[in-house]
Amino acid sequence: MLSIKNLTVNINEKVILNGINLEVNAGEIHAIMGPNGSGKSTLSHVLSGKPGYQITGGTIQYKGKNLVDMAPEIRAREGVFLAFQYPVEIPGVSNVYLLKAALNAVRKHQGLDEVDAMDFLSLVKAKIKTLDMDEKFLYRAVNEGFSGGEKKRNEILQMAILEPALCILDETDSGLDIDALKVVAEGINALRSSERAFIMVTHYQRLLDYIKPDYVHVLAHGQIVKSGGADLALALEKEGYGWLEQGQVSA
Amino acid sequence: MSTGLSLDAASLPGQSLPWLQDFRADARVQYVAEGLPTVRSEEWRYTSLASLQKKTFTAVAPAASNQVADYHSQQLLADTWRIVLVNGQVDQRLSMLEGLPEGVRVMSMAAALVEHEALIHRYLGHAMAAIKHGFIALNSAGFSDGVVVHVPAGTVLDKPIHCVHSVSHAELMVNTRSLLIIEENASLQWLESYGGIDAEYLSVAITEVFLAENAKLIAYKQQTESSHAYHFAGMYCKQAPYSCFTQHHFALGGVLARSETHTELATAAECELNGLYLGAGRQHLDHHTQITHAQPHSISREYYKGVLNERSRGVFQGRIIVEQQAQKTSSMMANRNLLLSEHAEADSKPQLEIYADDVKCSHGVTVGQLDEKSVFYLQSRGLDEASARNILIFAFANEMVEKISHRPLHAALLTAVLTRFPKLAIQPVVG
Repeated sequence: MLSIKNLTVNINEKVILNGINLEVNAGEIHAIMGPNGSGKSTLSHVLSGKPGYQITGGTIQYKGKNLVDMAPEIRAREGVFLAFQYPVEIPGVSNVYLLKAALNAVRKHQGLDEVDAMDFLSLVKAKIKTLDMDEKFLYRAVNEGFSGGEKKRNEILQMAILEPALCILDETDSGLDIDALKVVAEGINALRSSERAFIMVTHYQRLLDYIKPDYVHVLAHGQIVKSGGADLALALEKEGYGWLEQGQVSA
Repeated sequence: MSTGLSLDAASLPGQSLPWLQDFRADARVQYVAEGLPTVRSEEWRYTSLASLQKKTFTAVAPAASNQVADYHSQQLLADTWRIVLVNGQVDQRLSMLEGLPEGVRVMSMAAALVEHEALIHRYLGHAMAAIKHGFIALNSAGFSDGVVVHVPAGTVLDKPIHCVHSVSHAELMVNTRSLLIIEENASLQWLESYGGIDAEYLSVAITEVFLAENAKLIAYKQQTESSHAYHFAGMYCKQAPYSCFTQHHFALGGVLARSETHTELATAAECELNGLYLGAGRQHLDHHTQITHAQPHSISREYYKGVLNERSRGVFQGRIIVEQQAQKTSSMMANRNLLLSEHAEADSKPQLEIYADDVKCSHGVTVGQLDEKSVFYLQSRGLDEASARNILIFAFANEMVEKISHRPLHAALLTAVLTRFPKLAIQPVVG
């Protein structure tokens, strides 16, 4: 589904990603771990098309197409979804409006009719229940005045409505208490399917207690310095990132 | 003056009244001596009237045309009473005042000067004793008509009176003076709309408001003048103790428009001034507010927002005066501007003059562009960039529209705001 080859990325002439290689297939869950400043968030931003990054080398293929050439909204309509680390507050735009506009943009791109208002509401109300959110959130402005946990749930709600093929979760566990973490993890697990892949960017292992990854990659100094199975995350939790970073320096 | 101060005395109402002759004569002397305000005056420093000075406008009103009828048909609002001024004269045929509560008077200034001379004499010119610039002098000297509303004590009007000002011919100067007199415990909703044919004209309208104890006024102003029109409108208000004055102002039209709202608050009186200005082309939209806290325990809230596109310019001057005896005043003022073009300009000047020592006053001004993080967030959800920007612009402006609870007016304003930015081909957002 996603094939990243030798990707190098700069921000203002500074090298942030320095030769990333990653293959993600449908049905898989990949965790990207690493210390602060390793380039984890940059990778998720670049995949979603956020401006401000210069791609200086390498390729990103998504479903056989060149992802780099696509505008952010085209990526979204093609099924790439980024759950933001810091979801943006948008006063004056209601949640339900954004959900409907987003869903219809995706459907139109897929050659489907716009969703009927009644069908849409019943769909949204069903999804919002599974995330333990109050229906009143639908009529509030997007993320405005939401708590950290509410914002993250709202990201997962959007994801559940849009049903993307590639879900990128950027530090989704940060700022969540244990109850909220469980709800968010259940929401993500409910979306797991053989058609869908996940990339979970996380600093800590604790989200992986609830969502078991197929692969764990450790990012340091803009490169993947180690890849392994779910048990690699446990080793990192115990021993920290220091041994890998040093390994990289001596290599 | 080329801006046509009408000295055609016989055509003005109330000419047989000596006190009114004196009133007009004093104003005429001042106007001839001082002319229109200039940027040398602190209160006018951002607004030059040089382009207006070059125009020739005449105060003689020809008969109304069909174009005005078209304008009115667009202005009809459900669930309102209506009084219509065409070229500065009340037109009873276009008005609709049936079913007003008993004792409520809504009449033309010309008629009121005949039938209720004493009432007019008591109030005319008393809401703005201290403010006297050229436009006010011009208006006092030459107003051709206007509307007088008198709401007796304890009477509540449960729907707005819609006062429609319209201009049917190019190069006219339309000059009206209105009085809103709201007695104790009475309540009025008042909506002013301004518009006219797609041509150059000058519209001058002054409204004096007198709120007695515990009286209430909700005033709406919908300024949708022609894109070539010059507009000056002032609302000057005296608030008795415990009275409550709210204004929602929407400035959408005109090539050069200046709006003033001034109010003076007695003990525990409250005022809330909200405004939205949407500038495009070379529009110049100026807003001058002055809130005087004259007695203790009064409250003021002020919130103006501007969206400025192309080469337009928005001006906000908010003056708040807290007099020495006005202890326990609470006052908040904010002005937020969204610039959509590098050629657009916002001038914002809060002025706080506080002479009391136990008060709570705050003010804030922002001038900025669309938040790029928000644009990207919407794009990442599948919305194209142009739509994302339009939604954010609309959301910024719509905050002020959402404050309007009268549904037909809300719908009309929503349409007007959406029309102002034609690219906003989106549905109303906030559910």
